[in-house]
Parts: sequence; C-alpha cells; structure tokens
Amino acid sequence: MSGKYTVKRFLSENAVIITFIVITVIAIPSSQLSANYIIQEMITRLGRNSFLVLALLLPIYAGMGLNFGMSLGAMAGQVGLILAVNWRISGIEGLLFAALVGTPIAVVVGWICGSILNRAKGREMVTSYMLAFFINGIYQFVVLYVMGMVIPIRSPAILLSRGYGIRNTLNLESVRQSLDTAWMLTIGPFSVPVVTFLVIASLCLFIVWFKRTKLGQDMRAVGYDMVVAEAAGIPVDRTRAISIVVSTVLACLGQIIFLQNMGNMATYNAHDQTSFFAVAAILVGGASVKKASLPNVFIGVVLLHLLFVISPRAGQNFFGSAMIGEYFRQFIGYGAIALSLVLYASKARREAVRVREVQYGHGGGKKAAGEAR
Amino acid sequence: MSSIKQYLADFGWPRIIIFFFLLSLFVAAPFFGVRLDNSLADVLNRFGQNGIFVLAMVPMIQSGCGLNFGLSLGIIAGLIGALLSIQAGLVGALGFAGAIAMAAPFAVLFGWAYGRILNKVKGEEMTIAMYVGFASVMFMCIMWIILPFDSPTMIWGYGGKGLRTTISLESFYKRVLNDFLAIRMTPSAIIPTGELLFFSLCIYLMWSFLRTKTGTAMTAVGSNPDFARASGVSTDRMRTLSVIISTFLGAVGILVYQQSYGFLQLYTAPLQMPFAAVAAILIGGASVNKGSMLNVVVGTFLFQGLLTMTPSVINSALQTDMSEVIRLIVSNGIIIYALTRKLKVTK
Repeated sequence: MSGKYTVKRFLSENAVIITFIVITVIAIPSSQLSANYIIQEMITRLGRNSFLVLALLLPIYAGMGLNFGMSLGAMAGQVGLILAVNWRISGIEGLLFAALVGTPIAVVVGWICGSILNRAKGREMVTSYMLAFFINGIYQFVVLYVMGMVIPIRSPAILLSRGYGIRNTLNLESVRQSLDTAWMLTIGPFSVPVVTFLVIASLCLFIVWFKRTKLGQDMRAVGYDMVVAEAAGIPVDRTRAISIVVSTVLACLGQIIFLQNMGNMATYNAHDQTSFFAVAAILVGGASVKKASLPNVFIGVVLLHLLFVISPRAGQNFFGSAMIGEYFRQFIGYGAIALSLVLYASKARREAVRVREVQYGHGGGKKAAGEAR
Repeated sequence: MSSIKQYLADFGWPRIIIFFFLLSLFVAAPFFGVRLDNSLADVLNRFGQNGIFVLAMVPMIQSGCGLNFGLSLGIIAGLIGALLSIQAGLVGALGFAGAIAMAAPFAVLFGWAYGRILNKVKGEEMTIAMYVGFASVMFMCIMWIILPFDSPTMIWGYGGKGLRTTISLESFYKRVLNDFLAIRMTPSAIIPTGELLFFSLCIYLMWSFLRTKTGTAMTAVGSNPDFARASGVSTDRMRTLSVIISTFLGAVGILVYQQSYGFLQLYTAPLQMPFAAVAAILIGGASVNKGSMLNVVVGTFLFQGLLTMTPSVINSALQTDMSEVIRLIVSNGIIIYALTRKLKVTK
C-alpha cells in the first residue's frame, strides 16, 4: 500500500465528484453571475429538491439500487395537487390535502412496485425505470380521460375545453410557495424558507432514527446479503417492498414540496425528470448504488444545481448559444449517472474476482482475473 | 393437448392477448370506416421501417449482454453517415449506400468502445446501457450545433447556429428502398417491396451469421459463459463483437427508417427510439437472454400493427385519441413482463 496507490484509489472512488467540482470551477467565472445570485439560487434549490433526493436513500440501504420508480410517488403527489386545486383548497391546507390524497395512492403503487421489483432481483434499476414509464401510461389515462368523465372535476378552469381531462399546465397559484413563505427568514441579502428546511431536517432525523430501528437494521442486512438475511429469519421480500413503499411516499411528499415552489405544474410531464434529477444529484454527491448517506444528498444537490444554474449562461458566453449550455447540463447529468454506475459495477466485479481468488486458490483466481479484464 | 398447452405457455399469454387484440382491430376496422388496404399497407411499411432496429437487439441478447437500451449509439453513427452523405452531395441509391458506408466506421468505433464499457460491468449492462445512450445523445446534441457541416439544406437558414432539427431527404434518397419494385395494391395502398426485401436480406444474413462458427460461439457465451471459456472462446471478445454488430445494425436501421420517413431527425429524437425496439422484440417472444429471427418478425409485426391500428380504429370508435396512452401501457408493460420472468437458459 504505497502512497501513490492511495491517491489513485481516492481519485477513482471520487472521480464523479472531482470531475464535477473541476467543471464547475472552470464554468463559474464565464457565467458572469454574481455570488449573491448564485447563493440565493442554491438556498432555493436546496429547499426545492432535497426532499426528493432523500427519498432515494432507503432502497439503497435495502440493496435495491437507485429507485428510478420514485416518479410513481411524484405522480401520486400530482394527483393530490390536481384535486386540491379542483376543490379550491388553498395555502398550507391545500398542500396538506394534496399529501393526504397522494399518500394512500403512493402506498398502493409503491407496494405494487416493490412486489414487481421482488420478481426482478438483480435487475431492479432497469425494471423500476420501465415501471415509471408504465405507470406514466396509467397516470395519463387517469388524468386525461377519467378526470372529468368518472371523477367529477368542479373547476372548469383546469379542464380541457372538450369537457374532460386536465389542461397541460396547471396553475398552482392557490398553494404557490405557501410552505416556503410560511416563515421566510431574511438574512442579509438572502431569504431562507425556514419551514421547508425544518421539514427536510425532520425527514433527516427520521432517516437517522429509522436506521436504528429493527426494520432499519433488517433493511441493511437484506442489502448486505439477501441469502444470509433470509437464513437469519428476516422476511426479505417484505423488507424490500417496505423500503420501496417508504421511498414512494417520500417522493410523493417531495414532489408536492417541489411543485409548490415552482408555482405551476406541467400536468403530463412534470414527473418525467424527477428521478433523473434526484439520481444524478445523489450520485454527484458521492453516493454509489450500494452506499449513500445524508451528506451525499446535500453535497449532490448543491453541486448539480450549481452547474445547472451556471451552464446555460456559461454556454451563452462561451459558445454564443444558450442551447449548448442546456444540452450540456443534460449531458452532464446523464453522463454523471452513467459514469458512477460504471465505476461502481466495475469495482464490484473486481471485488468478486478477488473473492474467487481467495476461495479457489491463487492459480485459478489468476486466470479468472485475467479473463475479467 | 398437453403439447398445445406447452406451446401456448411458451408463446406467452401477453403475446396471445396482443395478437387477438390486433386481430379484433383489423376485424373492426371496416365498421368504423377505416380502409383495410390502407391499414395493411401502413403496417407493412412500418414493419420494414422499424424491423432492423428490432433485429439489432438479437446479437446482444444472444451473447448475454441483455437488451440493448443503448441502441441510440448506433442511431447516432447512422445519423453521422447520413449527414456525411448529404454533405458529399450523393443522391439516390448512391446516397443511401454512401450513408451506410460512411456510417460503418463510426458504428464499429462506437460499438467497440461501448462493448468495452459493457464488459467491465457484467450484470448491470442494461441500466448502464440506457444512461450511456442518453449521455451520448446529449453529447451529440452539442456536436450537431458546433460541427462544421455547411450544406445549405442542413443548416439553419436565418443566421442560426448548427444543423436543423429535421432535414428533408426529398432531394437525396427519400423512399429509395420503398419505391424499389413497389407494388400498387389498390389506388391508395402501396406495398414497399424494396424495403421488405432489404429487411429480409438483413434477417437472412443474421440468421446465417448465427450459424457460423463465430455465431455459435457467441450464443455459447450468452447461455453458458463458463462452458464457453472452457472450450477456449474469449467471452469478452465475443461480447464486444456482438455489441459492434448491434450498433452497426442500429446505424443501418436509422437509415432505412429515414428513407421511408423522408426526414432526418437530429438532436433529442434518438432518445426514446431504443425502447420501441426493445418492446417489439419482447412482444415477439424473446426473453432477456434468448432471441430468434422469428421473435423479430412476429414482434415487429405485432408492435407496429398495434401502433398503426390503435390510433385509426380506437379513435374512430371512441372519438378520442387514446393511442398514445395505449402505446405507453402496452409497450412498457411488456418490457416489465419480460424483465420479471425467471431466466430460462436451457431450452
């Protein structure tokens, strides 16, 4: 274990986060944005996005990888918001109502998602991704046809002119930023949405507490080794499903927080990129498919959104085209996900080869290791 | 009796349901004023148009790399070929052949790099393939803006930067395959013979390839890697080769698609294309690790039939456009169904 080896290992383990910091540091000056503007944007975006990213933690603990199916929860939250606007319930009450409607839906779809993922062990991530597409079809069916036809919609303002189906853009004026402005603290030039941050902090406390409960311990055991956990009498499938249910419910609440800050909602594609932004954020923050912590979430949100804020302006000033910045930030998001998945998977493979080496003696292992490269 | 049951079980209930749904759509069509001859011609056209994408799934399924969610890499190679062909001013059949020839080196290069990545991440190929594909499409979006193409048909007219989002192939090789030996069934329905012949040729080539020594080795790597290694086959080389073939077919696939469609679609257009191909081959009865030519043909026909028929028939019947919702639910439902099935390697 020479010093050089440690440096190399540090670099390879943190390649994503280091790349991100380097790109951001280069791009900040060329964006010509003021420090005050950037800091205020970061505060807003931390409040807007952290809750959604926190929803990813539990399935990672349970060894199910990144829950791309979190957009299921987001859709549940959106149904809640549509109904809150329909019944003209405004302010914090409107958000609570949306959460009250959304949570049971999220529990049901979360349970369905968990059961399906239990049938696709080892392929959870790609399956959860496809599941998000599938449920998107059902969501579109419900919102575009059932609402107004079967579910009575009172407010004509949110209905399509044909008499059923919800309009493409939903104005959330009645609940807009009601959580953020409930107690807006002004510190110097910055305004901080205290209540939103309190909600996020209590979720963090919940997660810390949950990890110490029996269920939380079981979840980590399942995530570490399913066979051993099964042998120890832990109901593996049930534990895994619960992790997905909790994640889906948190995503539902997170999406409500996200949308109340945005102030309006693209009815049919607000949830499309929910999991993309959340997954990119947690990975950029240094998490992997198997390991994630609270700091990863917050570092990730700040780093990812820092780049998102500056890249359109940097693209404009650098190449004379704002579109380049727009494409660049999507490229960087997808690229960060791909890179960290590749780094993790290849590391896991090397580990597996090493284990085999230990088990089957040196000669056989050498051959296997050569094959793996 | 039991053999029929066995056959039905192998064929899979989702496929049978989709088959009967499609059949009932065809039966119902005339009652809603949808012309059958036009519908059939449409289905055949789209069958030839999309078939090669579906065929591109086969090599990677056979070699154990799973479903190629990163097909967009091949599509990008094809787009580069098409742009170079237009830039060189090639037209007609020469333009089409030139596009394939110029796409080939890019497809091989991308496929090789992509294959190298997938070899490092065995077991996680599909998720990673998806994100490698997404990232490449986004990277190329930037490239389409800054690459120095300058043929006036391709670039934005009014002082904008970069290539257009859609480029018309009208004066280049639009419908060059479709119109070859085309048969006019009825005044409004034309069978695109050339396109279908080209698709058949590709299927034949793939079929014969899988029966050569290399093809057999590739299948062996997919069904039993340890056995393949013991018989002296290099797993990684076979997998890389399968990825290269798949990527190349993706490139050819987009060129065939474009000549029929008449437009070159750049920027984010390739983002969702792999999913349709994945859904089609799974509807055809392939699983995550086993796919045949029959799966390709049946799957493409059923899936494209569904996409063509549901808008026309359901819309006329219900007076509302539900086709998009049906497409989302059916195509993604079938992918989930395939992903949740237990692996059956020996068959």
